Amino acid sequence: MPVWLSEQEYATLRAACAQMMPSDQGAPGAEEAGVAEYIDIFLGAFTFDPPRIWAGGPTSGRKGGAAGFATFHRLTALDELAWRTRLEGSQGLPEREFNGPVVGLQQRYRDGLAALGADFAGVDGSEQRRRLRADEAFLDLLWEHCCEGMYGPPEYGGNRDGIGWSYIGYEGDVQPRGYSDAEVSQP
Amino acid sequence: MSADAVIIGSGPGGATAAEVLTRAGWSVVIMEKGRNHLLDPDDLTKPSADYSNDEIKFISRYFLGPDPLIEPRAFRRNAAEGEHTHVGEVNSIPTTVGGGGTHADGKVPRFREEDFRLFSTHGPQEDAAVDDWPIDYDELEPYYAEVERAIGVAGRAGANPFAAWRSGPYPMPPGAPMFGAVLSAAAAEKLGLHPYEAPTAANSIAYDGRPACNNCGFCAFFGCPIHAKGDPVALLTRAMATGRAELMAETYVSRIVTEGRRATGVEFIGPDGITRTMDAKLVIVAGGAIETPRILLLSGVEHPALGRHLMCHFQTIVVGHFPDVRLHPEKGRAVTHVHDDAMVQDERSREAALGAGLPWFRGGLVEHSGGGLPIMEARHSPWGRGHAQVMRDSNLREHMWAFIMQGEDLPYATNTVDLSPSIRDVRGVPVARVTYEPGRHELAASKYHGKILQSVLEEMGAEWVLHTSSPGVSYHGIGATPVPESRHVIGTARMGDNPDTSVVDKWGRVHSLDNVVVADSSVFVTSSGYGPTLTLVALAARAAHHLAGTKPG
Repeated sequence: MPVWLSEQEYATLRAACAQMMPSDQGAPGAEEAGVAEYIDIFLGAFTFDPPRIWAGGPTSGRKGGAAGFATFHRLTALDELAWRTRLEGSQGLPEREFNGPVVGLQQRYRDGLAALGADFAGVDGSEQRRRLRADEAFLDLLWEHCCEGMYGPPEYGGNRDGIGWSYIGYEGDVQPRGYSDAEVSQP
Repeated sequence: MSADAVIIGSGPGGATAAEVLTRAGWSVVIMEKGRNHLLDPDDLTKPSADYSNDEIKFISRYFLGPDPLIEPRAFRRNAAEGEHTHVGEVNSIPTTVGGGGTHADGKVPRFREEDFRLFSTHGPQEDAAVDDWPIDYDELEPYYAEVERAIGVAGRAGANPFAAWRSGPYPMPPGAPMFGAVLSAAAAEKLGLHPYEAPTAANSIAYDGRPACNNCGFCAFFGCPIHAKGDPVALLTRAMATGRAELMAETYVSRIVTEGRRATGVEFIGPDGITRTMDAKLVIVAGGAIETPRILLLSGVEHPALGRHLMCHFQTIVVGHFPDVRLHPEKGRAVTHVHDDAMVQDERSREAALGAGLPWFRGGLVEHSGGGLPIMEARHSPWGRGHAQVMRDSNLREHMWAFIMQGEDLPYATNTVDLSPSIRDVRGVPVARVTYEPGRHELAASKYHGKILQSVLEEMGAEWVLHTSSPGVSYHGIGATPVPESRHVIGTARMGDNPDTSVVDKWGRVHSLDNVVVADSSVFVTSSGYGPTLTLVALAARAAHHLAGTKPG
């Protein structure tokens, strides 16, 4: 069950992400990493308490230390105003429209996914790519979030088990272990 | 509530003033509009556990602020472009307890003697207000020494042949050199340049109760999870430990209340959204070179130079591709080597300046620097089939090395900060509007020194090299955004002895207000080509000692 998107929207999103980052000759793609899950959780960040905006610190537990990333930060009233405006849009609320209306990411995804077509997940790859290229602004948005979902910390819902990092030989967060001076200075 | 001084801003300038004044027995209230993620909320004399190695939190989601949705800025290159061409992020230095110190990668060079005497040393430039500072290096040196000890700076005296004199060694030896920098430093030396270990506010050994840096690589744009960085954590925890400092986070100062030549208090909006005033015997403004003129303008301070002469550092970025070697830029403290040669005149650079129709030019500090982080890299990689392989090959991160020259901006009266006529922040207050474009000096210096840097990367073995700059300029054809990426913001309330041409005196005191002192990089007369942090911190320490009648020690 998706957190914020409908089942239909989520199926379209998964297919779109898989087209952006396909599983390919042993390389993990968006499907294996849970990239669509990352985006859905972000859009529905305020269905969690605390909201899934900022992971905690100072360590994730992957390289020692406690699993602090898993406890998300509480937001202040101002933080919440900013993030609700970004996600939900200004919705005519004066406190969100002091510089004019803001279209939220939820709306942009809802519109962008609808424009890809209800049959998107079922059409072939070249047709999917053609439809994705038809809306450059939505493509840019989707790509930005695909990159975060593939290569960001797993606590945000993507990069499952660090699969995006391990394929590219990147260790991710390394506190509290860090790197030795020799690792820094040697080839 | 009342205190001997109200300090606006908890960044390096405000934190330094707080530390020096509380040490001298003063009581201070520090008002910071951002959140506290630096100090332990249950015990403000200890560091927090909020920072982490997290690219989403710090790069994508504005953890250190400002969030451009609630605190935007407006931008235009020049007045002919109309009211503004961009609203959103503009030179966003963190809005958080610790300010710009929290996200910096901690390179903290001192200025050199001639940086304080640009006019006397090199003479005038057309259209630029090149001038000498009202103080010189010798006068500032004891404060440089004091603040290097206070924040903890690692470096090696004598490593830089062009360095100004210093009264003692660095408090710590340099940290481990990054592999890529070992290679680029060797290539630079071969071509007759003088690379050296960057003076860095990151502990190379355990220092002042904080651990040695463990090379995690998340320096620039990140808070340090283990507090090994010389951000304001040391200064603020020390100030808090005196019991004479009060930190008010999420508290926005909307106005300094004045009567004639005196400030009587500050008007502020607290976390509850309610506007109040607090009496103040003295106000120290340390909001940075964009927010400080904004506050002074909102407070009705009038001066023809206020908000003028905004300087960033015009960044020349020269990138080389090294297909055969993995440079692992994620290991280490972001930048471990720099060189000053581009700020030192020689026969060839003098000729190049004359050839460009300029009496002289100066470049800036050159940072030897690696690629970014994986989300950043992925965004610049193609989507679709082959994406994973491109990322695994990592041409933009593992196989890239770069020089970033922080080129000196000259002070132009047309580069300004003023109040936006129409854009407001979340509290309804007019935001800062930045009007900025580089002049002929910056572009000519960038072109000349960019070619030298290209030859160094070729000597290092680059398969290809490309140039870009920030802000983007047409001759590069790429990186076209006119909003400068530089987070070095300088000028806008310049210091001087003449109240007609300068906003503050040589102690940072606003000429027209007897008890308002500016303690940040707003007061710089010229920008040099070195990062401004250590110099603004030294100036803040000097101003605070002057107020308290104490001496650096």
